[in-house]
Amino acid sequence: MVQYSSIRFDASFAALSDATRRGVLEQLGRADASITDLAEKFHMTLTGMKKHVGVLEQAGLVSTEKVGRVRTCKLGPRQLGEEAAWIERHRQLWAARFDELDKVVEELKRREKADERRKRE
Amino acid sequence: MKNDTTVERESERALVVTRTFNGPARIVFEAWTQPELFKRWWVPKSAGLTLLSCEMDVRVRGGYRLVFAGNPQPIAFFGKYLEVTPHSRLSWSNDESPDGAITTVTFEERDGKTHVVVHDLYPSKEVLDAAIASESTGGFAEQFEQLDDLLVTLDASAGRLKAERPGR
Repeated sequence: MVQYSSIRFDASFAALSDATRRGVLEQLGRADASITDLAEKFHMTLTGMKKHVGVLEQAGLVSTEKVGRVRTCKLGPRQLGEEAAWIERHRQLWAARFDELDKVVEELKRREKADERRKRE
Repeated sequence: MKNDTTVERESERALVVTRTFNGPARIVFEAWTQPELFKRWWVPKSAGLTLLSCEMDVRVRGGYRLVFAGNPQPIAFFGKYLEVTPHSRLSWSNDESPDGAITTVTFEERDGKTHVVVHDLYPSKEVLDAAIASESTGGFAEQFEQLDDLLVTLDASAGRLKAERPGR
């Protein structure tokens, strides 16, 4: 986990070091949007927004697709790692939970053995 | 040695957790169905949560309710048992959200060990995607904050360097 995020951290550092670009990512996390939508939302010129999206695209954080005259932006391939990261966090929670359950199971087993011994005596 | 826990997105709508326990199914099943045992393991210390109460009426159509300390309000998780087959199968709804998953747990005993499979079935791909995305975005927010902190530190040390070396 730690390693995983530090690798991505390095690669994305430049892309993420700008408040507008972080805002764009959060926005795309909620819904896909066109460059025009994004430019409006962040009170920017189309050219300015195109530059930001270009930086995010190079870092693999955003991917774009042109359909007709509209270029639509969505979270990019690097974001797929988010699901893997989520699954790993989820796994850690369950592993911690089940380690506690191991203790309960051991205790119940001991109790059962003791009961059997008592019955035999 | 602890046994491995695996988590996998089995399909667009399903998330599956598996683990083997070193005990017979009747004991593992008991630990899932008796509230005083259940509450000893369901909330690991590392989760940093406080379980205030745990009520479980383990029979078909019986309800359960777990209440956690929250800020400012306690947070409740609740639902109904849909299937209760002693020592082999347990299923419940998660009704705290309209999009809650159906959880099915199976217990399979082999050579005195029990293989447990926890299967969460979400109403749609979109709901599971959203569950993953909402927490992932949360993780992202945390990373952004760390990045912000780092940038502040870098700025501050750059400033200090300049201050220490006037004229350069």
